[in-house]
Amino acid sequence: MTSPMIGAAVKRREDFRFLKGIGRYTDDMSLPGQTCCYIVRSPVAHATIKSIDTAAAAASPGVVAVLTSKDFEGVGGLPCGWLVTSRDGSPMAEPKHPILAEGKVRHVGDPIVAVIAETLNAAKDAAELVVVEFAELPAVVDMRKALAGGEKVHEQPSGNLCFDWELGDKAAVDAAFAKAHHVTKIDLVNNRLVANAMEPRAAIGSFDPATEDYTLVTTSQNPHVIRLLMGAFVLSIPEHKLRVYAPDVGGGFGSKIYHYAEEALVTFASKKIGRPIKWVAERTESFISDAHGRDHVSHAEMAFDRDGQALALRVDTLANMGAYLSTFAPCIPTWLHGTLLAGQYTTPAIYCNVKAVFTNTVPVDAYRGAGRPEATFLLERLMTKAAMEMGLDQTEIRRRNFIQPSQFPYQTPVAVVYDTGNYEASLDKAMSLADYKGFEARRAEAKARGKLRGIGVASYIEACGIAPSSLVGALGARAGLYEAATVRVNPTGSVSVLTGSHSHGQGHDTTFAQVVADKLGIPMEQVEIVHGDTAKVPFGMGTYGSRSIAVGGTAIVNALDKVIAKGRKIAAHLLEAAEADIVFEGGAYQVKGTDKQKTFGEIALTAYVPHKYPIEEIEPGLEETAFYDPKNFTFPAGTYICEVEIDPRTGETTIVSFSAADDFGNVINPMIVEGQVHGGLAQGIGQALLEQCVYDDEGQLITGSYMDYCMPRADDVPFFKVATTSTPCTHNPLGVKGCGEAGAIGAPPAVINAICDALKDRGVLHIDMPATPERIWRAVGGAAGRAAAE
Amino acid sequence: MYGFSYQRPRSIADAVAALASEEARPLAGGQTLIPTLKQRLARHETLVDLSGLAELKGVHTDGKAVGIGAMTPHAAVATSAEVRAAIPALAALAEAIGDPQVRNAGTIGGSLANNDPAADYPAAVLALGATIVTNKRNIAADDYFTGLFSTALEPGELITAVGFPVPRRAGYAKMAQRASRYALVGVFVAETTAGVRVAVTGAGGSGVYRSKELEAALASNFAAAALSGVTVPAGDLLSDLHASAEYRAALIPVIAERALVAAG
Repeated sequence: MTSPMIGAAVKRREDFRFLKGIGRYTDDMSLPGQTCCYIVRSPVAHATIKSIDTAAAAASPGVVAVLTSKDFEGVGGLPCGWLVTSRDGSPMAEPKHPILAEGKVRHVGDPIVAVIAETLNAAKDAAELVVVEFAELPAVVDMRKALAGGEKVHEQPSGNLCFDWELGDKAAVDAAFAKAHHVTKIDLVNNRLVANAMEPRAAIGSFDPATEDYTLVTTSQNPHVIRLLMGAFVLSIPEHKLRVYAPDVGGGFGSKIYHYAEEALVTFASKKIGRPIKWVAERTESFISDAHGRDHVSHAEMAFDRDGQALALRVDTLANMGAYLSTFAPCIPTWLHGTLLAGQYTTPAIYCNVKAVFTNTVPVDAYRGAGRPEATFLLERLMTKAAMEMGLDQTEIRRRNFIQPSQFPYQTPVAVVYDTGNYEASLDKAMSLADYKGFEARRAEAKARGKLRGIGVASYIEACGIAPSSLVGALGARAGLYEAATVRVNPTGSVSVLTGSHSHGQGHDTTFAQVVADKLGIPMEQVEIVHGDTAKVPFGMGTYGSRSIAVGGTAIVNALDKVIAKGRKIAAHLLEAAEADIVFEGGAYQVKGTDKQKTFGEIALTAYVPHKYPIEEIEPGLEETAFYDPKNFTFPAGTYICEVEIDPRTGETTIVSFSAADDFGNVINPMIVEGQVHGGLAQGIGQALLEQCVYDDEGQLITGSYMDYCMPRADDVPFFKVATTSTPCTHNPLGVKGCGEAGAIGAPPAVINAICDALKDRGVLHIDMPATPERIWRAVGGAAGRAAAE
Repeated sequence: MYGFSYQRPRSIADAVAALASEEARPLAGGQTLIPTLKQRLARHETLVDLSGLAELKGVHTDGKAVGIGAMTPHAAVATSAEVRAAIPALAALAEAIGDPQVRNAGTIGGSLANNDPAADYPAAVLALGATIVTNKRNIAADDYFTGLFSTALEPGELITAVGFPVPRRAGYAKMAQRASRYALVGVFVAETTAGVRVAVTGAGGSGVYRSKELEAALASNFAAAALSGVTVPAGDLLSDLHASAEYRAALIPVIAERALVAAG
C-alpha cells in the first residue's frame, strides 16, 4: 500500500542527472565518422543572390562538402501545418520556404550555404571563403508599410498580406457600440520576443546504407511531428525508414515545436556524403534562426454600459509572420488569439480582425502562451483602462463582468465553450495574497519617499489541452491533436510508460510516474517514463500549449484503465470469483468483502507466465495502448496582482510584490506546478519590463545577443506569492487543465496595469512593453518631470 | 576562434619580450578578449597570458595610497580588507562588476587597458586621481583615458599596478544597462586632498570623463543636496538602443546623488 501520489510534492527525479551535468543532450552525442556542419547565413535582410562561389571553400582543408540550394533539387520546402482562410474565403498565401535560399534571401540569418567538414573550425574557415554576391533590395520591416505597397517579400498577388481573417459578429458589435455609455480605446504593441531556450537547437543526421534507414537526433518538443513533416513533405522518406529522436532537451518554450531547415539539411545530406552530420546553433545564430514570438500591433475598443458592464469588444490586429510561414504560425494570431478575447467575462459581442503580414524578419510562431498572451494583454489592459476612465476599482469592473459559476458550460461569442471555472474565487485569493486592501496605505507611504506605487490586476484565461482533432481540423489544422501512450507492464511488475508527450523541462518523468504509481498502487521507482523517440513510443503529437498532463496524461490514464481491466479478468480467474466482484485498490485485486487478493505484481507475472490463465478468453501479456483525443480544450484561469514602485526621476521600476492565484483544476505535483508558474511569471515579467527584439530599418537585428537583448535574471523578479484554487476540468479523468503557460500569459498585463496605476495621477493611461526606465521617464515628463518631483 | 600560439611568461621582462611582435596580444582576465576571439571578431598570432606574473597580483597600502596589482581580479579587490578600510567605494565598485564568474576572472589592469566606455573601474581611477603604473612609467589618470577603447598606453607597454590616493570620502553608483549590466550611467564622486573630483562612465561619447558641472556644484558642499537643480548637457553623451543622450543627461545628477549618499 502506498500513500496517494497524485497531489504529492515529489521532488523531480530527472533533476539528479541535470544538476550533476550528466543529462544527455543532442550535442552530447557523437556518431562514428561524424562531420560538422556550419551554415553561411544572409548578412542582409532582403536581396537577390547574383552568384554564389563555393570553389575556394570546397578546396579548404578538411572540407567534405559545400552545399547550396542546387544540391537540394527535388526536396520540398518546409511545410506549414495550419491553413487559415481569409474572410473573403481565399486561402492564406503560402510561399515556399526552401531549405537553403533559392535566388533570394528574405531575412538576416536566412541560410544560403552549408559547409560540411571534418571539424567545426575547418567548416568555419571554409565558410569564410564562400563568396555570395547580393543585389540588395529595400527591407520590409514595418508591418503597416509592408501592407501599404512597395517592396514585396515574396512575389505573390496579395503583396505582403498572408491572410485577412475575422471572427465574431461584426454587426452585433457595431450595434452594441452605437448604444454604449462609455467606450475605452487602446493602441498597443505586443513586443517581439526571442525564446532563448538554454540549450540552442542542434541536429545530427545519419543514414545507414545497409538498412537504408535515416536517423535524426534533434532538439524537438515533438519528434513524431518532425518525422511526419520532414518525411512526408520535405524529403519523401517513409515513416518506417526514418527515426526521429529528441533526447534530453534544454527548454523549448515553443521554439522547438517547428520543423527547421537544418533538420532536413543534415538528414538529407548525410546520405549524400555517406557520413553523419552534426549541426549545433551558436547563440547568435539562435537569435537569427529560431522562430520568434508575439509581434502584434493592435487597436482595440471596448463598449460599456453605465454600470461598467461590457457590451462589446472590437479588435484589429496586425500579426507579423516574418519572412516565411513557420510550422504553426498562422494559427497563433487567429484561433489561439481571437477565441480567447472573451476572457473571463460575459461580453456578449466580440469581433476580431487579424491581418498577417510578411516582413524581412525571422519567422514568428508560438512562444510560451502563443496567441493567448496577446489576447489577454489586450483585454486586461482594456479592463483596467476602462476602470480608470470610469472611476471603478480594477477588481470591481472585473467582478461585474465575470462569468458566474452557475453559467458553465459557457458558450462565448468567439467559438469556444468553457467547461468550468470560478473566477471570483481566484480573484479573492489573489487579493488576499496581495493584501489588496492595504494598498492605499502603502501607496501613501511610498509617496512620502518620493516614489510612485501602483497595483495592477489581470484576470487571464487560456485554452490548453489542445485539442479536439475534429474541431482543429475544421479550423485549418493539417494534423490531429490527440496524444498516445503505451503502458507496458513488465513480467516482474515494473512498468514502462511510452508517451507521445515530450519533456524538455516540464518534469514528466516525475509527474507522469506519480499518476501511474497512484493508479496502480505501486512505488514510483517501479515506473519508467519513456519519451522522445519515434522508434520506441507510439505516434504522439508532443508537448506544447500546456497539453501534456491534460492530453498526454489522459492517454496514460486510459491505457492504465485498460491494463487494470485486463488484470481484473486475470485476477477473477485466479481467485475463482466473478469479475464484477473484484475490486482493484492499493495495488491489489481483492474479492469484494473477503480477504482473498492478488497483488498487481502477481497478476503481471501471471500474464507473462500464463500457466493458470483464462487463455481462451484473453491473450497473455499486459501491455495496452490508448490514443486520447480530447473532447474540448481545458480552460485554466486565474488572477494575478502585481505591485510596483517607480522612481519618477529615473523611471526605474521595482516589482515589490507579485501574487498569483491560478485555477489549474486538479494538481498532480504542486511543487512542479509552482515551478512552472514561477518560470512563466519570470518570462511574463521579462516581456513586460525587459525583453525586446529590435530590427532597424534595414532589417538588421540590433538585439542579437545578450549584450542587448535583456533576459530576466533572478534579481529582476520578486519572491512570488502563489496559490491555487480548483474547479476540476469536467471532461478528462484527472480533472486537470495544464499550467505551463499561465504565468507568461497573466503577468504582462498585471505588470503594465500596475505601472499605469502608479502613473495615472500623471495622466499616463498606457505604456508599451517593455516598460523600460527611459519609456517611463518620458511618460512622466522627462527632464521636466524631475523638476516637478523636486 | 582562429588558431593562435599561447605563452605564459614568468616575468614582466619575458612578457614584454613576448609582446614585441605586433601580432602578439596580452591576455589578462580575458573578459572581453576571449568572447571576441570566440566570435572570430579578432585574430592574433600569439596570446601572452599574464596570469603567471605573480608580481602583478595583490593589494598593498601605506595609509595614504592603495596599490593594486594589474592582474588582481575584481573579486580580490572587492573582498580586500585593506581596500575596504581605505577606499570602501572602490571595493563596492569592484563587487558590483558583472557576475561572480566575471569578478573572479576579470582584472583591474585588463579593464583599464581595454577602456570600455561603460566599464566601472575607469570612473574610480579618474575620480580618485589614480596613477597607472606601467613597465615604463607612471601615467596620471587625467592623461590616461584618450577615447573609446583607447588609452595612453604605447605598444609594448604593460600596466603593472594602479595607485589610488586615499580620498577623504568617495562613493560610486550606477544604473546598469539591463541586458549587459555594464554601466548605462556610472558616477564616481570623490573628495580628495586635491579637491572634489567627479567621473562619469557609461555615458560619455568619448568614454569616461570628469563632469565640470557636478564638480563645480559639489566643490563647496560635498553632499547630495548640493545637486538640487543641477543639470548636465546632453550634447556629447552617447545615444543608443538602451538610452538616449537626453535620458543619460537626466540620470547623471540622480546617480551622482546616489553616489554621494553612498559616500556618507
